Amino acid sequence: MSIEQTATIFARALTRRFGAHTAVNAIDLELKRGEVLGFLGPNGAGKTTTMQMLTGNLAPSAGEVTICGIDLLAEPVNAKRRIGYLPEHPPLYRELTVDEYLTLAVKLHRVPKPKRREAIARAKQRCGISDVGRKLIGTLSKGYQQRVGIAQAIAHEPDVLILDEPTAGLDPNQIRDIRVLVRELGGAHSVILSTHILSEVEAICDRVQIMHHGRVVYADTIAALKAFHSGRTILLGLRRPPEPSALERVAGVTRVERLDANLFRLQLAASDPTEQLVALCVQKNWGLYQLSSAQTSLEDVFVNLTQ
Amino acid sequence: MVLTIASKELKALFASPLAWTVLTLVQAVAAFTFLKRLDDFLQVQPQLVQLPSPPGVTDFVVAPLFATVAILLLFVAPLLGMRSIAEERRNQTLVFLTSAPLSTAQLALGKFLGLLFFLLLTLLPITLMPFSLATSTRLDYGLIASLCLGVFLLSAGFAAVSLFISSLTAHPVAAAFGTFAAIVAMILMSDAAGDALRARGWHVPAALVQVFSPMKNFEPLGKGVIDTYAIVCSVLLTLVFLVLAVRRLEGARLRG
Repeated sequence: MSIEQTATIFARALTRRFGAHTAVNAIDLELKRGEVLGFLGPNGAGKTTTMQMLTGNLAPSAGEVTICGIDLLAEPVNAKRRIGYLPEHPPLYRELTVDEYLTLAVKLHRVPKPKRREAIARAKQRCGISDVGRKLIGTLSKGYQQRVGIAQAIAHEPDVLILDEPTAGLDPNQIRDIRVLVRELGGAHSVILSTHILSEVEAICDRVQIMHHGRVVYADTIAALKAFHSGRTILLGLRRPPEPSALERVAGVTRVERLDANLFRLQLAASDPTEQLVALCVQKNWGLYQLSSAQTSLEDVFVNLTQ
Repeated sequence: MVLTIASKELKALFASPLAWTVLTLVQAVAAFTFLKRLDDFLQVQPQLVQLPSPPGVTDFVVAPLFATVAILLLFVAPLLGMRSIAEERRNQTLVFLTSAPLSTAQLALGKFLGLLFFLLLTLLPITLMPFSLATSTRLDYGLIASLCLGVFLLSAGFAAVSLFISSLTAHPVAAAFGTFAAIVAMILMSDAAGDALRARGWHVPAALVQVFSPMKNFEPLGKGVIDTYAIVCSVLLTLVFLVLAVRRLEGARLRG
């Protein structure tokens, strides 16, 4: 089978121009069944535009999109059956009750009539909204509204789920629940998750793609990212700190960054000179009081690539 | 799928206080007109009897009632149809419909039918009013049928125009004013345009212009004359604006 057929989402050279401005510049994207892709980028990078193109809400200026082997541009109705989309602002009808809204969602997504009730009940149960079925959506809190938005995306069991900032506005408990849900959904479906919370991406996603100015600047699996970057950046807290050049002279230290009077961030080579550093600190009596792994390596990558 | 959208539209209309207000006012104005005309008829009846071919109760009472309804539609259709696309855009719920596996034509048709159903529901009690006279006099059922057809075609035409103008904007009120302006423009200009074209000898374009003269197409039906050309023109008006609405929605997807 060709790549287009094994992948649930396949996009090649996807481009979108608005007049003279190119918002999305020839990006490629491929997702297999069961994969969760973290889609990152600064605001204005083109993430939402890309997601709109992947869900058929915006026509690309160039390129192709295939959903489960079906060309989205040639057979949009057929392809959209397999997509569940939660946009940045959940598209909720405030005058409908949750049950009415989800019934509308399953009807529109062509769930066969005998399976509708079960589909709605399961979606509600998974999103934790089983007890608010008869309430008007307009009266629900933001967290519950967000969950209703997620429920409409998953109710018809789509092959592809595209979630644009699904945990925005939720409290920490709800965020945790949604993460568990997305991780669980990633088992049977393919998920593209757009978020600004990097720890979320590290926790849930299998792969990550970073967009900047309409291009993909980084694409890799989370496993590879962790293996490559682990232990490469450490934080050193010294009570009687020397000049940064003294630290730079240690073999294996590629960069020293002074964060404040006592705290240094060191980037280390693969040879990992942590032991030598500690020995040096003790020998020179620099007063080592903190030695820790630095912040998430994904954040480093993100910051480096998008500035 | 079309009916799913249509029933959603209908539910949304019934959920809005504006629709109920409009419904009430239309009934009130129509009922007042009906009773006033009936009153006039009863007063004038002795004199009418002396005429060689006097207008019956249907001509005198029911036909003006439906003419009033036609004028009311001019105001009602823009107000009810303004939210069909514009409000979805404003509340950012249109993406829910455009992400769903349904074609733009199904979406537009569903919204049109929902609006049309509501307009017909508004007209239903009004059409029943003449039948209250059925027990005491002989009504001209042919004329009543013709009037109903005329008003139905008018509703369909105005609903289609309203849907198209609504698809142009994200502000429902702008859509309402736009629809009102478009319909008034059609009514005022099409007669003059038709006459001007005919004066120059361009009869075919003059005949085509009649598609955009909703009141001119209502006139014969208002008198009980089943003018098939007028009926075809009314249907064409509806179709033209429905196609324009579909094209506009597709274009929004292309343009962003």
